[in-house]
Amino acid sequence: MSVPDFSPLSNDLSGHIVSTRVVPRNDYSSLVPFYGDGAFFIFIKEERTMKERLQELKAEALTKVEQAEEIQDLKDVRVEYLGKKGPITEVLRGMGKLSKEERPVIGQLANDVREEIAQAIEKKQSGLEEAALEEQLEAESIDVTLPGRPVQVGGPHLLTSIVEEIENLFIGMGFEIKEGPEVETDYYNFEALNLPKGHPARDMQDSFYITEELLLRTHTSPVQARTMGMKNGNEPVKMICPGKVYRRDTDDATHSHQFTQIEGLLVDKHVRMSDLKGVLNTFAKQMFGEEREIRLRPSFFPFTEPSVEMDISCKVCGGEGCSVCKGTGWIEILGAGMVHPNVLEMAGYDPKEYSGFAFGMGPERIAMLKYGVDDIRNFYINDQRFLKQYHKA
Amino acid sequence: MLVSLNWLNDYIDVSDYKPEDLAEIITKTGIEVESVEPVAEAVTGVVVGHVVSCEQHPNADKLSLCQVDVGEGILQIICGAPNIAQGQKVAVATPGAVLPGNFKIKKTKLRGEVSNGMICSLQELGVDEKEVPKEYQDGIYVFPEDVNTGDDAISVLNLNDIIIELGLTPNRADCLSMAGVAYEVAAALDRDYQLAEERVERSNEDASEVVEVLVDDPQANPYYGAFILRDVTVGKSPLWMQNRLTAAGVRPINNVVDITNYVLLEYGQPLHAFDYDRFGSNKVVTRRAKDGEKIKTLDDQERTLTPDHLVITNGESAHAIAGVMGGADSEVQEDTTTILLEAAYFNPANVRQAAKDHGLRSEASTRFEKGVDPNRVERAGVRACELLQKYAGATVLEGVAKFDQLDRTEKAVEMNSNRINDRLGTTISNEEIQQILERLQFHYDHNDDDFTVYAPTRRGDVERFEDMLEEVARIYGYDNLPFTLPSGASQAGGLSLEQELKRGMKSYFEGVGLDETITYSLTSEQQAEMLVSEEVKQNAKSPVKLAMPMSEDHSHLRLSILPELLQSISYNIARKQHNVAYYEVGTVFLSEEEKVTKQPHEMLRAAGALTGEWMSHPWQQEKKEADFFVVKGIVEGLVQWLNIDVEFVKAKVDGMHPGRTALIKRNNENIGFLGQVHPKLQKEWGLKDTYVFDINAEKLIELYQKEEAFETIPRFPSVNRDIALVVDEEVPAGHIESTIYEAGAPLVKQVRVFDVYQGEHLQEGKKSLAYRLLYLDPERTLKDEEVEAAHEQILNAVKETHNAELRG
Repeated sequence: MSVPDFSPLSNDLSGHIVSTRVVPRNDYSSLVPFYGDGAFFIFIKEERTMKERLQELKAEALTKVEQAEEIQDLKDVRVEYLGKKGPITEVLRGMGKLSKEERPVIGQLANDVREEIAQAIEKKQSGLEEAALEEQLEAESIDVTLPGRPVQVGGPHLLTSIVEEIENLFIGMGFEIKEGPEVETDYYNFEALNLPKGHPARDMQDSFYITEELLLRTHTSPVQARTMGMKNGNEPVKMICPGKVYRRDTDDATHSHQFTQIEGLLVDKHVRMSDLKGVLNTFAKQMFGEEREIRLRPSFFPFTEPSVEMDISCKVCGGEGCSVCKGTGWIEILGAGMVHPNVLEMAGYDPKEYSGFAFGMGPERIAMLKYGVDDIRNFYINDQRFLKQYHKA
Repeated sequence: MLVSLNWLNDYIDVSDYKPEDLAEIITKTGIEVESVEPVAEAVTGVVVGHVVSCEQHPNADKLSLCQVDVGEGILQIICGAPNIAQGQKVAVATPGAVLPGNFKIKKTKLRGEVSNGMICSLQELGVDEKEVPKEYQDGIYVFPEDVNTGDDAISVLNLNDIIIELGLTPNRADCLSMAGVAYEVAAALDRDYQLAEERVERSNEDASEVVEVLVDDPQANPYYGAFILRDVTVGKSPLWMQNRLTAAGVRPINNVVDITNYVLLEYGQPLHAFDYDRFGSNKVVTRRAKDGEKIKTLDDQERTLTPDHLVITNGESAHAIAGVMGGADSEVQEDTTTILLEAAYFNPANVRQAAKDHGLRSEASTRFEKGVDPNRVERAGVRACELLQKYAGATVLEGVAKFDQLDRTEKAVEMNSNRINDRLGTTISNEEIQQILERLQFHYDHNDDDFTVYAPTRRGDVERFEDMLEEVARIYGYDNLPFTLPSGASQAGGLSLEQELKRGMKSYFEGVGLDETITYSLTSEQQAEMLVSEEVKQNAKSPVKLAMPMSEDHSHLRLSILPELLQSISYNIARKQHNVAYYEVGTVFLSEEEKVTKQPHEMLRAAGALTGEWMSHPWQQEKKEADFFVVKGIVEGLVQWLNIDVEFVKAKVDGMHPGRTALIKRNNENIGFLGQVHPKLQKEWGLKDTYVFDINAEKLIELYQKEEAFETIPRFPSVNRDIALVVDEEVPAGHIESTIYEAGAPLVKQVRVFDVYQGEHLQEGKKSLAYRLLYLDPERTLKDEEVEAAHEQILNAVKETHNAELRG
């Protein structure tokens, strides 16, 4: 009996399962064709063949993964090896022919191979993505020193900032804000403030009259008279009144025919001059700094008695005396005093029962002192370069 | 008031105080010291020299060659002054001397002759031109003969004296005299001072036999005293007196005038010396002037009087305007021998009126206007007599011819120490109060806590309790008051809604990129009527005008903020600031009356003006100029923030670009306008394209609707649909938008134009407007059919109303 030509078969063993006979594991010696009883059998170690095949596929796939240069290459590998029509699936499809014992072993192996390839793809993919991102980021790099797109933001006028700062400060101390007309009656501007017609102090503030009885207010004090007048002489008043005022002055570096004033008034029973001193001290320290000292010195205003002026210690020299404070160590900030009994009476208060204090100051002057503005006209010319300087917090 | 420390030291010794320390004390107790300065700048090396000989310079016509004895030897000095003469005592700056302005004197040669110094004028020694006696104004100063050769000229001239300048408030007229200052300083330093008794030797003749004084109006002239002095020799006043006058800023003239001025400074009482012979009468009659009456005053001006002015007459003609200025006719001259010296009390109001009417405010009128001390009027006359006797050789007649109804009583003021402490927040004892009153030299009675104070007549300002409160407080020291805070019921301070909104509006404008400005309320008549909003025009007859403006530029109250705002922009443009965005929230003044009698309505308005680049980022090629829609966006944002619906209606407004202006309306009521400034006006102002808005902020505040509850965020999806419509080019986009909203209600929540196109592919005269519509039903998810139906409805409506076609 001659031995049949075996080679074609053996050549083709890779893809074909020619027998279902299962040979025990590790019995490699039995992996030989044999002949017997006239029947033709080929005994192939099936388990070993599929396993080998899977290993081969795995190696192949991993190499391709390794060599992939783009994400698309990886997608191709995935489709080729892990796809529904891929070789591993095909291997698995043939598992039906395996013995019951062999099936889970090969199944497990196939899954492991898939898993391994999938992981390799994923790993490679994230590596490639990372590289791609790097490249993109590199390409997107900019010159961070180029200027940003300016945001158009305006700001308040320096006088408004100062007025609001003062307002807020007194609001904190329980004061209300009151406003009044800029065109005032002679009565409220002068007479109600103890400045009857012909009073010499009227000289101090030459005014813009419209008629004999109407004028542009020369101070914000008429708002005090108006506010007091509304209280029927039996309610306390605690207010400040900011606003524009007007005087017949020729505009120059230190004079302006229009300027700003803020006045404050407190009327109640038992208001003491020491209260005025306490309130002004609180104001001065908050407005100009904790280290500022204040002093009151006698002065004269027709609507207060006693009248005082308040100085703060000079910030520049700390009280030593310098050119800013003209060598005195002190800078005049505001006028104040105890409300004159005539003013209280005219507003309907009994000066024996009620007393009060009032104070008034010029935001322009405060701005000039605080920021060293040297010409009052700057506040009204509205040069953009001036205005913009003070738009900072 | 200029106070010479040398002079003050005569009354009260303050030499133990440094001038600066004394100034500080005076400031803190009552009167602000404005400056502490020497009479003249520091000068050294100037001595009194005796001109031994004086010849003409051999090589110069106008120069003199002098040999001057300076005590330590004789110096040859060349002098160019015309009044130099042999025998004079002069001020010599010797080599090494330093004159004001750090001018150093050196030995020099002038036209071949050596000059060892300089003979000085007073100006060269630092004396103010206006204080230099007239005869020495154009030449060197000549000392009286009795000064010692070789003495330090600066001391002799009192130029090293220190002058304290007092800034007197109107209530402290008492310190318009050296005596008053002495009382004040004595109180401040707790030292003694009394005005010395005057000493005069009288002749047997009685003044009242020589003249009679008649007063027509005792109210205006409650006291008039006439002293008569004979044998007067008019000449120079003593150097010390001249020096004191100079120190006080008064120019020495002659002994008679100098003495009246000296007493004015010393006592605070103005006096007037008439040449009795020229006065021409033995009667002094004071009366109100007749209407149109004329007088030639000392300054050689003829002045026309009215009954408001009080005059001193000789019974016929006026010889002085009371308290203001004497007449030229009876002026004291070199040949005067008999003087009628007036010491009077004139009513402050009369003097003030006369001084104002004639523009003659003088040292004298100032003091009368503020009220002189009734108890010092006659004494001042006596003091002048004393000095005239001493320095002008006068024989002083007995007594004084006078009219006297002057009230000299000291005003009684009640005060209680508890009340003082209650008002000051202090615990001053009765003993301390007594000490204070004694320092002030105020008489008083007291019973436990109750005081009756008799205010001296020199202190006319002390009339009531509060005045005494001030006296006690200032002498006690404001530094000694405690710091307390008000004890009354506290209230919550805060802003009213209007104030909050006003601040909010400002923040809004700043947030969108505008800078706040503050401009003048007073403007020119022309500008007051420019760029005025319709609703302002309807309620304002014409701009309110000042009765007496200072200039045409500030003569009327503004009706619009815009002109001043544009002026500010113009100012910036002229300074190469081309991109400006400004706003102002301020008042304008509306009066409905032709002739104003009532206060105008002060309407709060918000206005803005923008020109140039609105935003730009050059290296990214981004640039946006301000335009109509930038301004409109700002206004839209504002009204949205305030939750107010407005409409924009194209309109023509004076001063505005006719095609680029819109009125801002709320329910058909005008509340402002916006647009581009008329190119003609722009050109006038030197502006490039400038866009403005002006809106009634007061109305906005009134219309503001606070959103009490917020709408919930829609839970159901919205649907966007775009439509492009072709319409005639004149159809306003806003109208189509309204139609879409109406026809699409309630589902259309938002309509936005996203494209406006005109040109190729479109018929001439047509434009295409593309809108994005947002459909939403807050209650449920919209079905396609519903949106479709609504969309169809909208298309029909725009076709019907605006003849709009869907763009193919």
